[in-house]
Amino acid sequence: MEFFIISVIKIVIVLLIILTVVANLVYVERKVSAAIQNRIGPNRVGPWGLLQSPADVLKLFIKEDIVPSTANPFIHSLAPVISISVALVTFAVVPFGGSVELFGHQVKLMIADVNIGVLYILALTSLGVYGVTLSGWSSNNKYSLLGGLRAAAQLISYELSLGLSIIGVVMISGSLELDRIVEMQSGFQWNAFLTPIGFITFIVASFAETNRLPFDLPEAEPELVGGYHTEYSGMKFGTFFLAEYANMITASSLIVTLFLGGWQFPFLETFGLPAMMATVVQVLTFVTKVAFVLFFFIWIRWTIPRFRYDQLMNLGWKVMLPLALVNLVITGGLILAGLF
Amino acid sequence: MTTNGQQKRPQIRKKDLSLWQLSYIPEIIKGMFLTFKQILRPKFTRQYPEEHWTPPSSYRGRPVLVEEDGVERCVACGLCARVCPALAIEVQASETEELAKERYPERFEINMLRCIFCGFCEEACPEEAIVMSNEYELVFSNQEDAIFGKEKLLMTTEQLKERLEFLKESR
Ligand code: SF4
Ligand code: SF4
Repeated sequence: MEFFIISVIKIVIVLLIILTVVANLVYVERKVSAAIQNRIGPNRVGPWGLLQSPADVLKLFIKEDIVPSTANPFIHSLAPVISISVALVTFAVVPFGGSVELFGHQVKLMIADVNIGVLYILALTSLGVYGVTLSGWSSNNKYSLLGGLRAAAQLISYELSLGLSIIGVVMISGSLELDRIVEMQSGFQWNAFLTPIGFITFIVASFAETNRLPFDLPEAEPELVGGYHTEYSGMKFGTFFLAEYANMITASSLIVTLFLGGWQFPFLETFGLPAMMATVVQVLTFVTKVAFVLFFFIWIRWTIPRFRYDQLMNLGWKVMLPLALVNLVITGGLILAGLF
Repeated sequence: MTTNGQQKRPQIRKKDLSLWQLSYIPEIIKGMFLTFKQILRPKFTRQYPEEHWTPPSSYRGRPVLVEEDGVERCVACGLCARVCPALAIEVQASETEELAKERYPERFEINMLRCIFCGFCEEACPEEAIVMSNEYELVFSNQEDAIFGKEKLLMTTEQLKERLEFLKESR
């Protein structure tokens, strides 16, 4: 019972925080893109335009929800739900701090402490394909269908290098538990430095998984109108939109957890802080790292143009997959040599 | 070897590139630095309704009638109405005794929904009585409001000084 209550509280808090961050991430993206293009960006609604996102969400709620007459209405409504829930549920296993002593309970700062966290992540990210593909198929529109098919092909291709680059990390830490993986990266023993190739392949693959530029082919506007969500309007479209950003947050926190030391603040234990303070510092460290990776996501988007479809496939199968395999061999060799 | 004043760059072929260059990484890093530098540079945005733009005198804003010493210069010859490709101008001439000219426009209307700001009326006018102003804010909530009569069209020579000088120079 106690476990149940603690979990519910954690879920509610984390969900609220993530949804708030998602909405504001849209604002941040618009501001950063504006800055990169020497513009000002949204600044009319509220101070510095901070209320832009609530205004947009409100607008999307008020808009008419159009379902094409030839669409499959059930799947058409189901697809955005799949998209957003997959994006949010993946966050459940991400540890955002050590454990704290709260009101006499030992509370771990992650929602679900599963011992196969890495497998859980891989399983759920592959589920994400369904949201995109089903939305493309159920809309009964050729552009949506093409977008959905592209998404399926792209996500499956990059899933492989995503999984393989995680295996290097799993080999080093000898565990599928994310908590343990983070603990292993104390000091500056970040996996990004131990397996740099794996780090790069993971980042590239997560860009492809989140459908962000330079891999946003499923929704390539110039070719596919809007891609898989062409036939969506109102809050259903908004859900897809939010799912993209929720995915970004999940992907960033995974990058941080797996490769950038998670909530570890280098050499925190040597400062001798009280336990509560140390936890606060850990959570803040995690948030800061995620914020940096998110900025990197946005920065990349406004720098690199979109790939062509054949380039995308070539990169996925002929470059990323071999690189991930090479990374495995090198990591295995280094472990055999007793270096980690 | 120059095109548009720029030095022509040597063509880069894929076979000449090293593996490091082929990996895109140096170019991506270069691009990232470039975009990051842009963040720190001054912004171009004009905060429009607060920060009004005054066009240069060569700008063709809405056509207006020139008012000199309290009366319009127009002699109601109807040339502007004849030349207007959008048929936006309507002139109704009338005779007068007290003015220096014999004819004056009793009614002069420009339908601003029709006008395409081509400036032909200004060119055709023998009296330099209709010129293009620098006003570009045209908002109406119904079609009747879009037909500008004399009271809206008249502008004094002081207000149009820059445009009239520009016309003197460029004609
Ligand atoms: S600017 Fe052109 S379209 Fe407008 S009133 Fe003059 S002649 Fe007609
Ligand atoms: S051409 Fe000039 S003078 Fe003739 S009617 Fe038009 S504005 Fe008046």
